[in-house]
Amino acid sequence: MSFNPKIVAFLCNWCSYTGADLAGTSRMKYAPNIRIIRVMCSGRVEPTFVLSAIKEGADGVLICGCHPGDCHYHEGNYKCLRRYKLLKKYLTQMGYDPERLHLEWISASEGKQFAELVDAFTEKIRSLGALNAKQIIETLT
Amino acid sequence: MTNQENKKKINLAIYWGAACGGCCVSVLDVHEKLFVVTEYADLVFWPIALDIKYKDVEEMPDGFIDVTLFNGAIRNSENEHLAHLLRKKSRILVAYGSCSHLGGIPGLANFHSKEEIFQRVYYESESTINEDRVRPLQECVVNEGTLKLPEFYNDVRSLNQVVDVDYYLPGCPPQTERLVEVFLAIVTGAELPPKGSVVGAYSKSQCDECKRKRTDNKVIKKFKRPVDVIDDGETCFLEQGIICMGPATRGGCGARCIEGNAPCRGCYGPPPDVIDPGAKMLSAIATMIDADKEDEIDAIIESIDDTAGTFYRFSLPGSILRRKLI
Repeated sequence: MSFNPKIVAFLCNWCSYTGADLAGTSRMKYAPNIRIIRVMCSGRVEPTFVLSAIKEGADGVLICGCHPGDCHYHEGNYKCLRRYKLLKKYLTQMGYDPERLHLEWISASEGKQFAELVDAFTEKIRSLGALNAKQIIETLT
Repeated sequence: MTNQENKKKINLAIYWGAACGGCCVSVLDVHEKLFVVTEYADLVFWPIALDIKYKDVEEMPDGFIDVTLFNGAIRNSENEHLAHLLRKKSRILVAYGSCSHLGGIPGLANFHSKEEIFQRVYYESESTINEDRVRPLQECVVNEGTLKLPEFYNDVRSLNQVVDVDYYLPGCPPQTERLVEVFLAIVTGAELPPKGSVVGAYSKSQCDECKRKRTDNKVIKKFKRPVDVIDDGETCFLEQGIICMGPATRGGCGARCIEGNAPCRGCYGPPPDVIDPGAKMLSAIATMIDADKEDEIDAIIESIDDTAGTFYRFSLPGSILRRKLI
């Protein structure tokens, strides 16, 4: 059986989730591998959320927020960007491929870009292979 | 002392797993209050101070020990065996100190595998001369019989990853005053907090009790090591660009490091409801970075040495990812 990546996506309520909604209502086809979690702002995405997703078996994590300057709360997406950068540095040090975590800006009108992003990210994770972090974290050796 | 009075005494045990001995010394730091301790308690097992063998503990009836203070992480099979044994023999098992609470400093070994550690220690370190490439075996047959050593595990574990723990008393080492408070609460029959509670520490963060001057608008242009800054002795460390674990660490230690003009390193562990102490700190630090452009953010983050080791200095085995992926 071929590897089917599990991807957790945190989408901000105001831009990216609406963008994903647009992709859906426009009947655009994209990879069915993502599990979307709607958050009010990408600034709400704590590093703990991402680490928990990895622990629970995600092969990749995607975060989407409003374009810089467009945040509904003015600067939540900048906070997200800084956390994302720092988290990537931490993940790299912990032996995880930093490409398994990805941040992208998706506006409410970018349904097509969202569909393409999901396809591209799914392929990227597929090429990286299964992560199996859950098993490694839970098995004490 | 009459028998009546003797009966009131509790049986107290103190044991060390993978520890430096500092926790045991913090118990000795009660100084003359040791007489208060011995007035209320019989020390039935304490390897650093008393000659009581493991087999003596094995012969105790189950639940014989009222309180065990277990310090140190679980590094090898001997630590694990004693954790199980003391759990069986104790009514209350307390994870005492950072190492048994979240893994502590020995837990930083989770950045490496057992094999890497053995390579370094027995072959590669600058002070090692080992021409015959000898390395310890778990079993070795000699004329007199078989010699056995405990198994060294790949992972360092916190106490609650091995046995059920009743209470946690954090700190590296725990503040002795807090220990005395907790001890007196137990022996005087005060109502104990729910199982699984952290005792001997506050629920608010270190920053809450910090005396240094701070503003609400923390902005950091560059992270500095303490050696790079001439500390004025009164401004918040973070505002001076020095990483201080205060925002993601419990108060209760009396801010000993900060009083000594050193930033908090996070030994008291995270405040209540925080799952992953390092991630919480990472989150707090990231919001202070004073840049919006990607390359500027990268440059500021670049100035943090050893991200994982700094934010998870005392808590790697107790964190979500638990160890480096190898």
